[in-house]
Amino acid sequence: MSNRPDSRGTASGSGTANRRGAGNDRWLIKGARVLGGVAADIRVAGGVIESVGEGLVADGATVFDADGLIVLPGLVDLHAHLREPGREDAETVETGTRAAALGGYTAVHAMANTEPVADTAGVVEQVWRLGRQAGYVDVRPVGAVTVGIGGENLAELGAMAESAARVTMFSDDGHCVSDPLLMRRALEYVKAFGGVIAQHAQEPRLTEGAQLHEGEVASRLGLAGWPSAAEEAIIARDCLLAAHTNSRLHVCHVSTAGSVEIIRWAKSKGWQVTAEVTPHHLLLTDDLAENYDTVYKVNPPLRTRDDVTALRNGLADGSIDAVATDHAPHPVEAKETEWAQAAMGMTGLETALRVVQEAMVDTGLLDWAGVADRMSVRPARIGQAAAAGHGQPIAPGSPASFTLYDPAAGRERVDPAAHASKSRNSPFAGMTLPGRVHATFLRGVPTAGDRAGDGRW
Amino acid sequence: MKRHLISAADLSREEAVLVLDTAAELAGVSARPIRKLPTLRGRTVVNLFYEDSTRTRTSFEAAAKRLSADVINFSARGSSVAKGESLKDTALTLEAMGADAIVVRHGASGAPHRLAGWVTGSVINAGDGTHEHPTQALLDAFTIRQRLGSPDHGASGRRGAGLDGVRATIVGDVLHSRVARSGVLLLSTLGADVTLVAPPTLIPFGVGGWPCKISYDLDAELPKSDVVMMLRVQQERMTAAYFPTVREYRRRYGLDAGRMSLLPDHAIVMHPGPMNRGVEIAAEVADSPRSTIVEQVSNGVIVRMAVLYLMLGGVEGNS
Repeated sequence: MSNRPDSRGTASGSGTANRRGAGNDRWLIKGARVLGGVAADIRVAGGVIESVGEGLVADGATVFDADGLIVLPGLVDLHAHLREPGREDAETVETGTRAAALGGYTAVHAMANTEPVADTAGVVEQVWRLGRQAGYVDVRPVGAVTVGIGGENLAELGAMAESAARVTMFSDDGHCVSDPLLMRRALEYVKAFGGVIAQHAQEPRLTEGAQLHEGEVASRLGLAGWPSAAEEAIIARDCLLAAHTNSRLHVCHVSTAGSVEIIRWAKSKGWQVTAEVTPHHLLLTDDLAENYDTVYKVNPPLRTRDDVTALRNGLADGSIDAVATDHAPHPVEAKETEWAQAAMGMTGLETALRVVQEAMVDTGLLDWAGVADRMSVRPARIGQAAAAGHGQPIAPGSPASFTLYDPAAGRERVDPAAHASKSRNSPFAGMTLPGRVHATFLRGVPTAGDRAGDGRW
Repeated sequence: MKRHLISAADLSREEAVLVLDTAAELAGVSARPIRKLPTLRGRTVVNLFYEDSTRTRTSFEAAAKRLSADVINFSARGSSVAKGESLKDTALTLEAMGADAIVVRHGASGAPHRLAGWVTGSVINAGDGTHEHPTQALLDAFTIRQRLGSPDHGASGRRGAGLDGVRATIVGDVLHSRVARSGVLLLSTLGADVTLVAPPTLIPFGVGGWPCKISYDLDAELPKSDVVMMLRVQQERMTAAYFPTVREYRRRYGLDAGRMSLLPDHAIVMHPGPMNRGVEIAAEVADSPRSTIVEQVSNGVIVRMAVLYLMLGGVEGNS
């Protein structure tokens, strides 16, 4: 019983050394329903799943009673803002990855819009190293497409790809690579090392000063509209460029029904286009901004009920490949302002799986195998984290990176004050959501969990 | 009355009529040699102005002073706001000073909502960004009721009356106009039939659910209007592709003497000011007997007195 996490609801210890190699590294997970299906025992040794089956014996391993829990491959987030270096007041790699582990994640792609921007091998290696030191999840830095996310000159993509961080995904997220020629070149260039361009699709001229989805609510509130077409126009253009260059495009945080249609069409052509949707766009709508509560200010903006429905259906039919959090922590003062001055973004790592259960599973749109596919298998493939052992089946020989989740846990109120993230800007604050992450294992090491929960450790 | 007046939608028909009736009562005070009531003695009204607006600020100031309130003018320039103090900290400061009401003018839509969450006093929206300007709508309604309530046009000017059946046409930059938003809400609450007229570029995208009709053709609407309200065309819109040229705008949407002749005889012409003479409104129209522009200014003080009276006078300190 030496590897138990240190307290209820808190990720264990700090620093890799505390969690790796100390004490017993053998576990027997008893009775977890694999992908929500048949209950089985899972024996772990040496960071790898040794066997999966019925009635496995402990044989000296620490027993985890997972009766009633489901086991999913460790979640992979394609899109998080860990804020370090530069905005450690909002989040650090340590706090952000702890939040990730508590949310069931074992790998997180860290966006490039830090200060300084992750546009050189030096910065991406720094972020990668901070992730290793924290040890909660594998941090996979995303490199900027252009120098300083300025949209003018290509960053040294090759140097980042060949750095210790082995960057494969590049994005100017927060800004759109709006120059069509630059986008074309970026798509072409990354083919040399199998990279992918993750586009933040936002036509800048159509969204000058934009504050909220252009529709009835924004018009009434007197907030500058953020038209759906500004997103869709860029996605359509980039799909055509991806086809023309025969390269890989990943579309970040798709938020409109029209975007889903365009991506569905591009996929039908066989083009190498993938896409993600955030948990908040699967659940929340623009009318929440009625009282100018800035926690609902986000880029892209919350849209309408019709968009939410289309996004859910797109995720269900696979047109949208992945759920990605776009976890965007901000300090209190960045949100306690007038709407127009407020920072855009929401936290999401600690609530993502619960939101997906609410929006996709409990509505019958996706089963747990589908959740595993959209939150682990496919994102791992897109971010090329599969080579590092993510998104693998719960089967002998796979790295022991998985999440134990109780979908039947009573609906609990979301309390951002209790979150491990340094920031409190959760749009789900006060909402009740189903489900609960009980434990997360990264290569056989528990990175989050509660021993007290049901006395299960 | 509600604790705050942030949107014209905050007012029910009864409340809006009460404001107009109270204003009619207070109009008598303005006619007296000593134009002061002791009603708000000892109460503090803060004018928190983040945008220059001498006309609105002085209107609120005069209203508060005629009710004997202490008035503090807190303008963004020359205060700690210029040093980058947040709205919240300013709110807490004013709260600590004991502001019973904060009259706020702000360039950001929704700033009064935010403010209302941080203070215990009443918040009165004196114009926020491109959102609303509810006291302007109230003074416009008051002016309409007063003018159209003449014997030859029904009895709408009576106490307790709304604006039932009044056909009001609001013309111009609706997209960026807080006057238009509040006007549509309040006038329709009072029973008026509102039509917005503008080039399609200056009509908000999501206007479908608004309680009004939309038209792009001013000439078609004028003969059907009892009230035509011209909105100011801001300088910065003139070069942002909302319309080709000022000349073309004037030709299609400006109110000149020739167009004015399309109006029914009893119809009035309103403008919230400040006017661009020669752009949205010709001088002959602005200075014609139909024009209520000067009355709107004097009615502004009276209506704001009524608002302050109803919002602050009902509790302790009422004499």
